[in-house]
Amino acid sequence: MSDISSHRGSSSLLVADARTKRRNAAEARFRSYGVAAIAIALIALVTLLISIFGNGASAFRQTFVTVPITLPAETLDPSGNRDPAEMAKVTTIGYGNVLKAGVTAAVREAGVVPEGMADSDIAGILSQEAPAQLRAMVLENPELIGTTVETHVLAHGRIDGFFKGRVTMESAQRDSNVTPERLQLAQAMTEKGLMSSGFNWGFVTMPDASDQRPEAAGLGVAILGSLFMMFVVVLLSLPIGVAASVYLEEFAPKNRWTDVIEVNISNLAAVPSIVFGILGLAIFINFAHLPQSAPIVGGLVLTLMTLPRIIIPARAALRAVPPSIRDAALGVGASRMQTVFHHVLPLAAPGILTGMIIGLAQALGETAPLLLIGMVAFVRDYPGGLFDPASALPVQVYNWTQRSDPAFVERASGAIIVLLVFLICMNAIAIILRRRFERRW
Amino acid sequence: MSVMKLTASALAVAAATASGAYAQARGQIQVAGSSTVLPYSTIVAEAFGENFDFPTPVIQSGGSSAGLQQFCQGIGENTPDIANSSRLIRDSEIESCAANGVTDIMAVQIGYDGIVFASDVNGNEFAFTPADWYKALAAQVVVDGALVANPYNTWNEVNPDLPEQPILAFIPGTKHGTREVFAEKVILAGCEESGALEALTALSDEDTAEEQCGAIRTDGKSVDIDGDYTETLARIQSDKNGIGVFGLSFYENNTNVLRVATMSGVEPSTESIASGEYPVSRPLQFYVKKAHIGVIPGLKEFVEFFVSDDIAGPNGPLSAYGLVSDPELAATQAAVAAEETM
Repeated sequence: MSDISSHRGSSSLLVADARTKRRNAAEARFRSYGVAAIAIALIALVTLLISIFGNGASAFRQTFVTVPITLPAETLDPSGNRDPAEMAKVTTIGYGNVLKAGVTAAVREAGVVPEGMADSDIAGILSQEAPAQLRAMVLENPELIGTTVETHVLAHGRIDGFFKGRVTMESAQRDSNVTPERLQLAQAMTEKGLMSSGFNWGFVTMPDASDQRPEAAGLGVAILGSLFMMFVVVLLSLPIGVAASVYLEEFAPKNRWTDVIEVNISNLAAVPSIVFGILGLAIFINFAHLPQSAPIVGGLVLTLMTLPRIIIPARAALRAVPPSIRDAALGVGASRMQTVFHHVLPLAAPGILTGMIIGLAQALGETAPLLLIGMVAFVRDYPGGLFDPASALPVQVYNWTQRSDPAFVERASGAIIVLLVFLICMNAIAIILRRRFERRW
Repeated sequence: MSVMKLTASALAVAAATASGAYAQARGQIQVAGSSTVLPYSTIVAEAFGENFDFPTPVIQSGGSSAGLQQFCQGIGENTPDIANSSRLIRDSEIESCAANGVTDIMAVQIGYDGIVFASDVNGNEFAFTPADWYKALAAQVVVDGALVANPYNTWNEVNPDLPEQPILAFIPGTKHGTREVFAEKVILAGCEESGALEALTALSDEDTAEEQCGAIRTDGKSVDIDGDYTETLARIQSDKNGIGVFGLSFYENNTNVLRVATMSGVEPSTESIASGEYPVSRPLQFYVKKAHIGVIPGLKEFVEFFVSDDIAGPNGPLSAYGLVSDPELAATQAAVAAEETM
């Protein structure tokens, strides 16, 4: 008998021999390496998310002071004609004094002031943004002058930090920006309903603020700037990217030149993004004299950076359309252009759009090229168009991490959360497009 | 064909946009330069935007040298109107400015910034003199008439009055304007004060001696921080033995985590710096292109607002943030009003 197991000796099929054991062990080891690799990646991701959300979630809540303030006509409108242009002469310093007096009176009346606390100390619970908020409110509605209005203004960043656990009675002792009495007052005001915390819409709508008012800093300008830049990127890179990939894939002759172009596109996709920033500075600002810090320049630079990253997946999507489609169209007499635009491009569109959106998401998170074209700047006015100065989301994160006030740590992490939400939305759209419209052959 | 048409029209729009259709006048003031002056600039810009009809100025930061370089690129709307600087403008920069047509420059001093030495709030208390810092950080010191590599490992070896704590200093990197001040007012002053300069001069000549004075040890006890003060703070929080170099305003905003050291017996504060008792401070200033006044709306108003008593005075918001008000502020205001150039 020469059956197959005989030359392995007397081993049974049910008992693994040494060699099989070794092979099984090797496979088990390999699998555990894989699991370990995934575990490490997951731990890194979870740690990142926990640290960002742990630091940043509190940026979406903010403490406000709600007190009745009497608006004296003699200081806020000396001419007495309720003309906003005349009233604008009263600066925020004037409104600051009104606010100071109003808040002091209100908390004294409510009987929440700790014993021995001086009047001059009480106003410190308010944000330095508060006079500006009050001024804007009065200028918008001059009829309010002379009346007593329930005013809802931001509390000081340190008071806000107290409710978020960043500031304690102990640290307030050593802190020159807050006193323990103010924290006690804040506590008592909360119990009386004069101070409350709510969702911080200002974080996504208000512009950046200076180091003295972290509580007022928001992402409004940065979000607008990022949107304007993405608009430019879409407007330019979609037609250019699609035209380039259609020509290269469908029409271009295969010769040395197209090979060189192909290699160059692949290489450009791997060029560090800061290089595009240097290029942008030289071409768009120094040569074309476009303005600094403007979304148009940011958009152009990001377009240059994104183009090769769009062309490569677009070509792959075109290549994935089976040749039989083209042959059939040509066979019934369509021209090559009709073949491409009536049949190939619609079939490749989901793949092209997916690549486009992923390219956009990369551009949205890019900071380095923007450093060189003046977008890393303090901008407070909302941009009205592509040529107005603006900031950008990742740049705002970078800016806030450099500020000295500890409250900006929370803001920077909050901004990262907003940026992540944008990226996740864009990636989700890409996945949905692929799922819904992609055809497989 | 609709895709074709769409593509063609998009390209046309893009081309029209990009090909320099931009002709409108710049409405807002552009400022570039020092990251030390940046917080003060933003505070003033914010108040300016709130209270005036002009748009809020746009403030870039990138360091004094980068800012002055941009500033000197020429006259015109796509160059900054103002350059912030934590050091005085250099002659070479004035020349390069002049070569590009930037000739009438107004220099405006806004006040003084103190440089302080601070460590973890729960750590030891320190009372330094510049000599201590020189001895602790010098690459080579003179011991018994011979030049040897720095032998000190703990602060009490440098000066018996200091606590026994390993030497670990986080000092600003060489790209910072602060480093220049630190080297001059602390290390060189300490070198002279401790008599090391004389001893070094005796060993070689004066120039070499000064160079040796300024050389910082590279054995890891002194760490250059190329980032900003937030990085220095993070390093101190991870290594409690560290002592960092900060700006006074940064320290004043973080008094709950940092303990400041005295220098030559004086505690740093806006008062002690204004009076000149605290030795390590430097003037902060900005430079304005006179040619832009009257062209860029609000430029002169902004500069006047910046140096007004309400803003830069001893009770103003800049002082509250940590700027040491300039006793000569009235002279600066007069110079700005008269548009005096350098």
